[in-house]
Amino acid sequence: MTTAAVQERENYLNASYGIKSWLLTKDHKRIALLYLFTITLFFALGGVMASLIRIELLTPQGGLVSSETYNKLFTMHGVIMIFFFLIPSIPAVLGNFLLPLMIGARDLAFPRINLLSWYLLVVGGALALFAMFAGGVDTGWTFYTPYSTSYSNTWVIATALGIFVAGFSSILTGLNFVVTVHRMRAPGMTWFRMPLFVWAHYATALIQILGTPVLAVTLLLIFCERVFHIGIFDPALGGDPVLFQHLFWFYSHPAVYIMILPAMGVISELVSTFSRKPIFGYGFVAFSSMAIAVLGFLVWGHHLFVSTQSVYAGMVFSFLSYFVAIPSAVKVFNWTATLYKGSISFETPMLYAFGFIGLFTIGGLTGLFVASLGIDVHVTDTYFVVAHFHYIMVGGAIMGYLGGLHFWWPKITGRMYPEGWARLSALIIFLGFNLTFFPQFILGYLGMPRRYHVYSPEFQVLHVLSTAGASVLAVGYLLPLIYFTWSLRYGKVAGANPWAATGLEWKTPSPPPVHNFDEIPVVTHGAYDYSTVAGEVMQVG
Amino acid sequence: MAEHAHAETLALREQFDTAEQQKDASTLGMWIFLITEVMFFGGMFLAYTIYRNIYPTVFGLASSSLNAVIGAINTAVLLCSSFTMVLAVRAAQLGQRKAIIIFLILTLLLGLVFLGVKAYEWNEKFQEHHIPGPSFHLEGTEMQGQAQLFFSLYFAMTGLHALHMVIGVCLLSWLIIATARGMFSAQYMTPVDVSGLYWHFVDIIWIFLFPLLYLIDRHMR
Amino acid sequence: MPEHVDSVKTYAAVWAILLALTGITTAVAYVDLGAFSVVVALLIAVVKMLLVALFFMHVRHSTRLTKLVVTGGLLWLMILLAFTLADVWTRGLIGTPGR
Repeated sequence: MTTAAVQERENYLNASYGIKSWLLTKDHKRIALLYLFTITLFFALGGVMASLIRIELLTPQGGLVSSETYNKLFTMHGVIMIFFFLIPSIPAVLGNFLLPLMIGARDLAFPRINLLSWYLLVVGGALALFAMFAGGVDTGWTFYTPYSTSYSNTWVIATALGIFVAGFSSILTGLNFVVTVHRMRAPGMTWFRMPLFVWAHYATALIQILGTPVLAVTLLLIFCERVFHIGIFDPALGGDPVLFQHLFWFYSHPAVYIMILPAMGVISELVSTFSRKPIFGYGFVAFSSMAIAVLGFLVWGHHLFVSTQSVYAGMVFSFLSYFVAIPSAVKVFNWTATLYKGSISFETPMLYAFGFIGLFTIGGLTGLFVASLGIDVHVTDTYFVVAHFHYIMVGGAIMGYLGGLHFWWPKITGRMYPEGWARLSALIIFLGFNLTFFPQFILGYLGMPRRYHVYSPEFQVLHVLSTAGASVLAVGYLLPLIYFTWSLRYGKVAGANPWAATGLEWKTPSPPPVHNFDEIPVVTHGAYDYSTVAGEVMQVG
Repeated sequence: MAEHAHAETLALREQFDTAEQQKDASTLGMWIFLITEVMFFGGMFLAYTIYRNIYPTVFGLASSSLNAVIGAINTAVLLCSSFTMVLAVRAAQLGQRKAIIIFLILTLLLGLVFLGVKAYEWNEKFQEHHIPGPSFHLEGTEMQGQAQLFFSLYFAMTGLHALHMVIGVCLLSWLIIATARGMFSAQYMTPVDVSGLYWHFVDIIWIFLFPLLYLIDRHMR
Repeated sequence: MPEHVDSVKTYAAVWAILLALTGITTAVAYVDLGAFSVVVALLIAVVKMLLVALFFMHVRHSTRLTKLVVTGGLLWLMILLAFTLADVWTRGLIGTPGR
């Protein structure tokens, strides 16, 4: 099929033109692309911070930047990557685009609020960027008191305000998703016929709704403390700095589940499609998402093990932290069982899925290490923790994001990406990632502290390996940027269902029409019923 | 009847199939928003609970410097405003346009009374040097930092509550204008309904703020 | 109109009870009940909240989903309070400084 033939049919991309039609759109698909553009910018910025950090750590004496600047670098890296890239990423891009399609709806429940969510992220991001360019913040992304409230001379309030605003973006997205899943499903789309991607996003939305407001009030209290010196976190006035940690981590621990659950939802779709088999134990996987969302709220004290938190509270939080690993394990077992006797193929999305399963398992297991009170005393605030969360966030969440982006790219753009380059990039990313972060487990265990840029010379070899890995990883991330852009013009034109996948989103043309479906479908099958796509053939880029 | 159908189809948004679906979605959306507000205020209630727990005497002393009678009257004002609000919603359910406007205006006025009394109370605190800051001083205790904590929480919590009241007042103003323009009917009164939910929620926050801030250990003084 | 419309009498009765409870909680604050003062105050506040929620916010006529949302929200607030207080109230029990 030629380019001209594709452009003939009206779809959400060509239905209207001009900047106003994008900036004032109510179409969830266009809003998803607005988000894609925005978070890619933030990812690039966060990546620049990471590069500077890794270059600085090549030598034990530092020397590229001063200590003060280094503090600002890792702070901004964390703030940007977490609040302005990872938290929005899959829900705001893939979730926004696919949720209505997957349940057979014409849009989300509240399209204007959806657009507002995007603007809030942009405004919050602008505030954070202002803080960054005006001089930066040096408190760490965790803003621990009393340093952030009584001592730091950096742009704490501006950054906190930026995160506050972005937080409402997240809350409104969560609200939108929950109402949409409850009230907008097509006829016949019962809860247990929904794709697991939808379950994952529903669970994520619950976390966004229940957790983010506490972050908001905590940031508000930081503002009050800095400006009015009210004493709430200041020991000199009778305040308790650890109260801040409780309030902060009440959100920030569930936040990591906001970042991983959507990726798990993506993986369920990928593993099923590229094994040509229904996900093993659909019910278990669906409920495990809900269990993670609920249990995730009961473990935050494991970030306070070495604070003045009582030992008894520590033991309770430690036990619960082991418990929350169980539903994640259930997912890994079920994905593996899905593979068994499946008809497996290794297209790029599946490569990312395999990468996710392996790397998330490592990240998750090392989470159990740090959930143990005794081990945590040894490795807390070392590179062991840094490695642990990067295995989950980068090896897990970002791989899930990239896998999903590749999988649904034909649906979103009507074009296939170039498969050869994509597989190469996936491999480069996998190798680069492991070279970057595996040495950090060793570094941390041997005692290299986090957030230090001057270190003992015996750690240098491992740091050099890590930086080398980061360079490879950077190349791996640049390649998709290039070939995805290339594919918009030169990619093979995609049909409605290039992967012969199940799911309502594959029953509508690529790219979809403005109103998603010419006729709202009536659902009569479960989510992964391959008999419904028996005649279809996989098309590869 | 044709007028009612007209109001209904005018208000039905594209993404919904029926007016009932739209109403259900809007109501659920507002309830979820209120839950986020519960968690938002909750952080401050946590801080209050902890500090009252570890500084009971100072908090009792500081609390007694507030005027409990005025606080109680203000609580009653807000409860009356919830009463008039629910009557406004009821009138909307019955399509009684004039009654809606009357009750909304009463609610608005009572809300403004509440805010006025609040402003008076805050001014009193300013006069007595009970505003946290360099010139803060509470008689009767050595623990000035901890006393200041009480007032910081007092102003933060009542301030946040007052902000929500102001938003409520703006909502009510818009509702009054919209009702006067004939936007609502017995078939379509969702904005009145969900605004009512919001207003009652703000009332509930005050229902807790009043005893927690004003009535600590009153029997001791 | 399929929706349930409550009578003015019902609302007025709830309103009267709410005002009465406000008076009671204020008066009771001046009575020495020791540790029970705060319990009584909170109990009255909870009753007032339930009255406003069930009658004024129509929760008693609402769907199961709405009731679940309300319960869930309150439960989550309890989690925040309970687990944090579990730390604050058990500090210093084993006699090690800083624990």
